[in-house]
Amino acid sequence: MSSSRTPEYLLKLIAENLTIDRGGRRVFQDLSFTLESGTALVVTGANGIGKSSLLRTLAGLVFLSKGSIRLEGGQDDRQPQEQAHYFGHQDAVKPALSVLENLVFWQSFSAPVSVSSFAGQKMEPLEALQVLGIGHTAYLPAGYLSAGQRRRLSLCRLLVTPRPVWLMDEPTSALDKASEGQLLELMNGHIAHGGLIVTATHTDLALDRVQILHLKAEIVEALLAEEDF
Amino acid sequence: MSIWDYANPTRFLRLVQIVLPWLIGLCVLAFAAGLYMSFFVAPEDYQQGDTVRIMFIHVPAAWLAMMCYSIMAMSSLGTLVWKHPLADVSAKSAAPIGAAFTFMSLVTGSLWGKPMWGTYWVWDARLTSVLVLLIMYLGLMTLWRTMDDPIKAGKAAAVLTLVGALNLPVIKFSVDWWNTLHQPASVVRMDGPTIHPDILWPLVIMAIAFTLLFFVLHLMAMRNEIMRRRVRALRQRAASVSFPSTATASTQAAE
Amino acid sequence: MSSWAMVLFQRDLRLSVRIGGSAMVGVLFFLAVVTVIPFGVGPDLNLLARIGPAILWIGALLATLLGLDRLFQADREDGTLDLMLMAGRPLELVVLIKCLAHWVATGLPLVVAAPLLSIFLNIDPVAMGAITLTLLVGTPALTLIGAIGASLTVSLRRGGLLLAVLVVPLAIPVLIFGVSAADAAIHDPVPFMTPFLILCSLSLIAAVIGPIAAALALRFAGD
Repeated sequence: MSSSRTPEYLLKLIAENLTIDRGGRRVFQDLSFTLESGTALVVTGANGIGKSSLLRTLAGLVFLSKGSIRLEGGQDDRQPQEQAHYFGHQDAVKPALSVLENLVFWQSFSAPVSVSSFAGQKMEPLEALQVLGIGHTAYLPAGYLSAGQRRRLSLCRLLVTPRPVWLMDEPTSALDKASEGQLLELMNGHIAHGGLIVTATHTDLALDRVQILHLKAEIVEALLAEEDF
Repeated sequence: MSIWDYANPTRFLRLVQIVLPWLIGLCVLAFAAGLYMSFFVAPEDYQQGDTVRIMFIHVPAAWLAMMCYSIMAMSSLGTLVWKHPLADVSAKSAAPIGAAFTFMSLVTGSLWGKPMWGTYWVWDARLTSVLVLLIMYLGLMTLWRTMDDPIKAGKAAAVLTLVGALNLPVIKFSVDWWNTLHQPASVVRMDGPTIHPDILWPLVIMAIAFTLLFFVLHLMAMRNEIMRRRVRALRQRAASVSFPSTATASTQAAE
Repeated sequence: MSSWAMVLFQRDLRLSVRIGGSAMVGVLFFLAVVTVIPFGVGPDLNLLARIGPAILWIGALLATLLGLDRLFQADREDGTLDLMLMAGRPLELVVLIKCLAHWVATGLPLVVAAPLLSIFLNIDPVAMGAITLTLLVGTPALTLIGAIGASLTVSLRRGGLLLAVLVVPLAIPVLIFGVSAADAAIHDPVPFMTPFLILCSLSLIAAVIGPIAAALALRFAGD
């Protein structure tokens, strides 16, 4: 990657020898990568290969059997996952609360992260809703939103609390072409501010600075021979 | 995964194979001696007659009911703190054994109670505490059964076991307190202040025999549980087309 | 208390008030239990007065336990729990605040309803006050202990019944001292303060053990 930045300025997400087992099955092992400030890592691979698991691992939701995840240059007193946004399949939207209440809750509840190398700014909830084109729904109960609108509301979460790492699992699902363009704009903006993105996707995303992590299956005979449980 | 992690169950199984026959032998001997002494050496109680011999089953069973829970609590610590795979197996396979001994001590307790109290059940502090313990064992077993993933179930059960271990003294204390409130201490206790050596010795040997029996059963149950998990893992692997896959990271700049 | 805690508390309270009136259902269940007992034991007012505190306490225990299964489950199903684990807030405190909000929404109405239900059970005013006071102090302990069960069964589709089975043994001390304190106020075999203070201490212990154990179990459930 281009190295125009000075070293102390850099934010680096370093994953070393990630190995996870879920339900007694080894999903992947010894996966390592380094991601620098201002880049997106696109995770590709067949269905069920472990893309979602990788993102959930980075989000600290899956226990590592081995390996470590570090965020160099981040806030020292916080775990890497506490400096990341996870944008997964579930929207975490409460239908009984209004759209604005949903968003305001996440803004206050998620701790913001400020590091010098990340220039992302905190956006006001109403402004974020406007940006994503659902400003008119602010005072409606979120139960009235369509799937795509809920998805966009969930995306607003990423804007109202600045955090340098975005973990996005199939971010374009349930979004139409126009919203997809908007999403790309936001993602590129995040990269331009020095943020990091790890995204799992099937579609090609026109992102500015991209690394690709391709997961492919390899049958490991050694693992079959040495049974544990 | 380190060598330690998966070599251990295998090494454990090998160890079980060596230890188990000896343990079974010892257990049989202890039972033979213990039962002989309880039936033919120990004298009748002048007050309770032959029913006092129930004690030789009841007291060791009650002792094991408690010991088994402490073993589960220690295993749970092993699961949560050291994340040792065998700890989880140990806790899981100890639960049904503990429940069985607890049940046995309840049954023998009420059998002894019938001639002594004239009824099979009184809400005596001890009996009640043991009943609560039985419910806790059964609850834990249900928790293990309802969760598909043995690793997750193990962790959940470990949390509950430890909370239970913290709570047991509190429960015991409250039940005692409740008991003194409702029933002034008129109940004849099974163990008097002094135990005659003629009764003490058979009791000690029976306790040893029961403890050995516990270890025999526990080791066997652990062995079975390890086998069960292996079968499960094999089936899972058979089901998935592309199993243990290393994801290879090929990074490329695309600008 | 910091602002995020307040926000979480308000959100949980709002949710439980807006969705299905969970407070009302709890109180109705409480009423149903209390109504059913006289049909079982007969309408003898003296007997009812004697076992009244026990009936009210058992009713409150059941109502609390049966309302707890959605405490974390709703948040897990829509992905909120995942985000809470990543929020950078101490999960133990999050659990404590959620329990507090849940208690205000479902436990407090039970306490408020208790004096009314005491009338059905022929309980005199002093005892009525004592029972209400013990419920006020004791029901938070039930919620906090129940939170452990709720976190353990969070991934199970029908965890409600199992939750009750797991939690009942742990809740026995609370029940014992709650009823004893109420009884003590009626026909004093012991002074009221002894069991009452023990009950207070049980609630405080539950406020420590409950959140710690529940947070631990929730972290595992995120996997």
